[in-house]
Amino acid sequence: MKDFLNWIHDNQQIIYIVILMIFVGIEVIGRVPSVLHTPLMSGANAIHGVVIIGAIIVMGKAEAGNYVALILGFLAVVLGTLNVVGGFVVTDRMLEMFKKKK
Amino acid sequence: MLLTLCYLVGSVTFILGLKMLSNPATARRGNLIAAGGMTLAIAGTIFLYEDEGGHKLGNYGWIFGGLAVGAVIGTLAAKRVKMTAMPEMVSLFNGMGGACAALISVVEFDHLMHAYQSISPMVFGEAIPTGFLIIILLGLIIGSVSFAGSMIAWGKLNGRIKDFSFKGQHIFNLLLMAVIVALSIYLIGWMPANSLLLFYVIFALSLLYGVFFVFPIGGADMPVVISLLNSFTGVAAACGGFLYDNKVMLTGGILVGAAGTLLTILMCKAMNRSLANVLIGSFGGGAAKSGSTGSKDQGSYKEISLSDAAVVMTYANKVFIVPGYGLAVAQAQHACHELEKLLESKGVEVKYAIHPVAGRMPGHMNVLLAEADVSYDKLLEMEQANEEFSTTDVVLILGANDVVNPAAKTDPSSPIYGMPVLDVELAKNCIVNKRSMKPGYAGIENDLFFQPKTSMLFGDAKKVLQDLVAEIKNL
Repeated sequence: MKDFLNWIHDNQQIIYIVILMIFVGIEVIGRVPSVLHTPLMSGANAIHGVVIIGAIIVMGKAEAGNYVALILGFLAVVLGTLNVVGGFVVTDRMLEMFKKKK
Repeated sequence: MLLTLCYLVGSVTFILGLKMLSNPATARRGNLIAAGGMTLAIAGTIFLYEDEGGHKLGNYGWIFGGLAVGAVIGTLAAKRVKMTAMPEMVSLFNGMGGACAALISVVEFDHLMHAYQSISPMVFGEAIPTGFLIIILLGLIIGSVSFAGSMIAWGKLNGRIKDFSFKGQHIFNLLLMAVIVALSIYLIGWMPANSLLLFYVIFALSLLYGVFFVFPIGGADMPVVISLLNSFTGVAAACGGFLYDNKVMLTGGILVGAAGTLLTILMCKAMNRSLANVLIGSFGGGAAKSGSTGSKDQGSYKEISLSDAAVVMTYANKVFIVPGYGLAVAQAQHACHELEKLLESKGVEVKYAIHPVAGRMPGHMNVLLAEADVSYDKLLEMEQANEEFSTTDVVLILGANDVVNPAAKTDPSSPIYGMPVLDVELAKNCIVNKRSMKPGYAGIENDLFFQPKTSMLFGDAKKVLQDLVAEIKNL
């Protein structure tokens, strides 16, 4: 029990962020019309591509001789970039179609 | 210090972008804003990141190489993909994110093993903080499930993988999950000597779970599954945020996790089904049962010639067009718009009735028709359209099937029973364009086609529409 309380104390910032972000995430898209479900999903898909930052850190920290880390890290960077770039471009292409007409 | 600011700005743009994405007027700008924030966060990480010891990142060649390869392939793939294949593309990109999260965990675990085992194998177990291990494993499991699941969803959407299920599959899945959890607890709590092997076993089992998680779910439910896996990947990304104490990964990941879960539920609601119902895949089971009822004598259908169809539509007061997947496959949206303009010039009121799940994804039809410059206010959502069908003369159904199947309202044994459908049978006439009498995606017969008011106009949607336009011009 003490460990658990300590853990909460040590990580309280992160726990606060998690809880608040859950509510923000739900509130922010609460009233989306069904027309936008697909683009919204695609946009959210691009945003979780932020995982690429982890891949960059892994890559940047790998020792020069550690080929397992280098190769896997490289692969992670490529995949993460695919997620980010592909995600945003696809979303933009979908939304291009929604542009207002005079 | 500057990096903290980059991350802060990044987090805010994600929230703002998501907010703007949920409104048609601001959606495109929202996407660009989020993309800008992402670029800032990535650039900041590359150039400004320092670890606890104050060391900057190395291996710039590898990093930029990876970024360049990913960016080129990603852009090309996203630019070239056809509008009809968008859903698959989203699934594929989602899988890439999941794989990325899993790989990060693999490298970090490998790193841990090297770092601690070389010091002293004896204190190995105690030396690694448990929280750290839990997060690595969570990232691994969720990331792998998301990756494997997305690949299966991708294969199902483009028809490469057929639905497949076996008896007791749900129990098998539960057992598989239980084994994964048990092995993880063993790994974290006891850190046995062969930890690395155990770690890879968990990796493999998680991939397997992802495959079996998506396999039994019907192809028509893939959008819901992709949305769910999307939120999984969000959580996996957030695990990375924990791992590196990185706030932008944490906020971005959790944000998508929460929004994705809500979006999944909203999509289910649009189909009037519960998430549990989709996941347990009663669809597949129901369809098999209805095979017997579907074979009952349906009576006969009647065909209509192109010129008759042209006459009926030209002399109507109000025509509704119901687009479906057939229109998307035939890329007939432009031909459709042409028909609409021509009929309007003859004084016919033309509107579109859009079922929320017409096509393969919610909003699929809106995107396609908007591409062909169909005016936004002509697209009626299901509720509005249903109010107007009784005053409509002709409903032209273009490659839609399940979304106009009256069995959803009348036949409790039908697998789509309870799904809201378009009440096209209220109109005076229905003209159904299909390529053949083959059933639609749900694999069930449609009584509508055999009703006396309905006539069939067989052929590829694009060709039929072009011929119709030509016929009407000749009238």
